[in-house]
Amino acid sequence: MTDYLLILVSTILVNNFVLVQFLGLCPFMGVSNKLETAIGMGAATTFVLTLASVCSYLVYTYLLIPLDLAYLKTISFIMVIAVVVGFTEMAIRKTSPLLYRVLGIFLPLITTNCAVLGVALLNIKRDNSLVESILYGFGAAVGFSLVMVLFAALRERVAVADVPKPFQGSAIAMLTAGLMSLAFLGFTGLVSI
Amino acid sequence: MSAALWTIVIAVGLLAVLAVIFGAVLGFAAIRFKVEGNPIVDQINNLLPQTQCGQCGYPGCKPYAEAIAGGEKINKCPPGGEGTIQSLADLLGVEPEPLDAEHGAEKAVPTVAFIREDECIGCTKCIQACPVDAILGAAKQMHTVIADECTGCDLCVEPCPVDCIDMIPVSVDKSNWYWQAPTSGVELIATDRHHHLAGDAA
Repeated sequence: MTDYLLILVSTILVNNFVLVQFLGLCPFMGVSNKLETAIGMGAATTFVLTLASVCSYLVYTYLLIPLDLAYLKTISFIMVIAVVVGFTEMAIRKTSPLLYRVLGIFLPLITTNCAVLGVALLNIKRDNSLVESILYGFGAAVGFSLVMVLFAALRERVAVADVPKPFQGSAIAMLTAGLMSLAFLGFTGLVSI
Repeated sequence: MSAALWTIVIAVGLLAVLAVIFGAVLGFAAIRFKVEGNPIVDQINNLLPQTQCGQCGYPGCKPYAEAIAGGEKINKCPPGGEGTIQSLADLLGVEPEPLDAEHGAEKAVPTVAFIREDECIGCTKCIQACPVDAILGAAKQMHTVIADECTGCDLCVEPCPVDCIDMIPVSVDKSNWYWQAPTSGVELIATDRHHHLAGDAA
């Protein structure tokens, strides 16, 4: 039980996928202009990451290993992720047309979010069990959503702040992201697994 | 068959089986989550003024709503004016833009068409021009405008051969003042809307 809790704390805070491992930076910079969009993106990515983590674990353990085809893991994980994203896209289009329109191109681009493939591959590398894989994927997604929401809130305040001209736009966003990353380094040593 | 060849066959076969399974999942999802029409078009259409005047360059409000959903600019509706542009911008999450002057200017006061009935020759040309069927009449008979249905789009003025149609500003007085209800969400034709709201106010 403690192990599971440690996995969650580790993925959400200590080894945060965006700010410490620098995975999934594209949506982090691209969809964080408005708080609502960031929350929507976080929710969609959480769903995709958790599901893709489970599916890729199942494919690896019950298909690739018995058939001695472990070297096919990257290509089959990419297939798994593409399917999960396609499924999510259809579900969102049905349930929330507005979110579908607001997320736009970034929704199908979850496919190329390296955090998703990263989690699937890291699950294999760390020899995670099924439950651990679920928690690892879920924790990574919660960490991703957390920094998305924090960063979007910061950017909304920065947008109305009196920023010097050379720093306006992406420059101040990059600086903010860097400072957030430094802040998250403070969690190092909180847990070690 | 050599062992190396056998490995390749298994690998390709596995990927093919995975592809078939995933294809089936996506195919199921496509049917399960099928979207009837485009719901965003209806939301846009509700914000447009429904004058059906065609000043935006589209045959009516619904086609313009479809075009907006497809990425058309939101500032081409003179009857709606700044208010419509603002609410469209809020709905779609884009920046509001000033009204495109190419498609006409916003009217300061709403107007309604009025036919000077003794001059009307009964040619029916204005009836054919009216996008909302607000003109009553028949060939060689005098025509008249149902003021409640008229959206003030000016389209009937041009075809009239004897120039007997005036656009009169609608002034608010005791006979036509009605309580401005918050959006009811109920689809009514224009005539019903007035009676409905007058009933509410009373």
